[in-house]
Amino acid sequence: MYDKSLRRRRVALALLVACSLLLLTVYFGESAGGGLHSVQRGALEVLSPIQEGASRVLKPARDLARWIGDTVDAKGRVSDLERENEQLRRQAIAGTDAARQNVQLRRILGLDDAAGLAATRPVTARVIGQSPTVWYGTITIDKGSGDGVRVGQPAITGDGLVGQVTTATPGSAIVTLITDSRVAVSARVSENGVRGVVQTSAGGAGDLRLRYTTRSDRVERGWSVVTAGTSSAADRLQSLYPPGIPIGRVTRVTDAGTDTQQVEIAPYADLRRLELVQVLTARPNGNRP
Amino acid sequence: MIGLDPRQLLWRLAVIGLVATIVQIAAVSQLEILGANADVTPLVVAAVGLLAGSLPGAAFGFGIGLLLDLALVQTVGMSSLLLLALGYGAGRLRELRDPQGALVPIAVGAGATALALVGFALMSFLLGGDAPLDPAILWRLALTLAWGTLLAAPVHALVRRVLLPALPEDPRRRRRRAYTTGGLSPLSRA
Repeated sequence: MYDKSLRRRRVALALLVACSLLLLTVYFGESAGGGLHSVQRGALEVLSPIQEGASRVLKPARDLARWIGDTVDAKGRVSDLERENEQLRRQAIAGTDAARQNVQLRRILGLDDAAGLAATRPVTARVIGQSPTVWYGTITIDKGSGDGVRVGQPAITGDGLVGQVTTATPGSAIVTLITDSRVAVSARVSENGVRGVVQTSAGGAGDLRLRYTTRSDRVERGWSVVTAGTSSAADRLQSLYPPGIPIGRVTRVTDAGTDTQQVEIAPYADLRRLELVQVLTARPNGNRP
Repeated sequence: MIGLDPRQLLWRLAVIGLVATIVQIAAVSQLEILGANADVTPLVVAAVGLLAGSLPGAAFGFGIGLLLDLALVQTVGMSSLLLLALGYGAGRLRELRDPQGALVPIAVGAGATALALVGFALMSFLLGGDAPLDPAILWRLALTLAWGTLLAAPVHALVRRVLLPALPEDPRRRRRRAYTTGGLSPLSRA
């Protein structure tokens, strides 16, 4: 009797393990339009309304926990924010003058704001789910292909770039965050135009790194990194991201002035506390500056 | 397995799995305190294994892992494989050692969280993803482990409460029988 039970348990366990390995193998072997990927999109479509409802119901609990977390964090952030505030005040004074000039120049050139972000037809979406693991940086949003959201479109918040859409169903979509190792963004340093590619840093836990800078590319702490947009004239080499979207601030430059210099960036957008994002559904002028 | 009602157990496990997955994705994953968030899914799987045994634990782990991979559009089969191993391990612990201490759910929950973190890192690395280890990420993993340890007891209590009517007689009555077969209860002696 015991032997029979033991054998049955072992067979069941072996079946479950085999099933998992089979799923893994099939998933890796098939294309994005394959059977398992389709099942996944179907499941996302079924589960996203439930997630959306749960997200709304659980919002008070999330807010309470965030308030506790914020209170704990706040003490340590006061001095950082005071320093940043001072720096921003100086920038704001310089920025006001630049903005005034910008308005005048735009008038002269016959441009208006429609040529900026509004032309990208942003779709506002609510975040209804987030991946629990450190190794996957994804969020689920409540807008999908039915609202014009397509794979490859960038997602932003008021603070900066969030990531790009990697899966879209009619009612929801998955956005892979810029801190995920699968995402790379063509970027430039706002202050001097130095170009590079922003990818997750070695830590991968929320910080980014500007890669492929050279020894002659000067980058300093506190400088801003923004999306570069498309630099090629060829249409097939279009960037997914419009130019000028803030990505993050340089927090550290190690081995500066060498070919191995490492530029670390802290994202402007608070990627672990996203409530609303905007998906840019159009690419005016092929995302060229 | 006296008193075990497989159908009732199945229903309860399905409800626990669905609720745990939705709550994890829609709320717990979005709550970051001190730079990390908790992951209740390994805790729930470990609690089910510890209460219901290795086979229900493994099957539940497989199911909840599959649901997570489908809902989050992750690599299908990865969470299933990891969580079924956790469920089976917790179940075997109960079947072989039958631990009774009040701290057992906490220790098992902490172990399950640690194994899930290490397992995900290893599998991500083996499947070609980045699984780097530097102080920042180690700190985050340590915090996730701490949240898992803190949540292990309440999660175990909740799962036990839901599963209790469908559990076999043995684990339900075990403590009471110790008094009835071995002599008087300490309360009646006083």
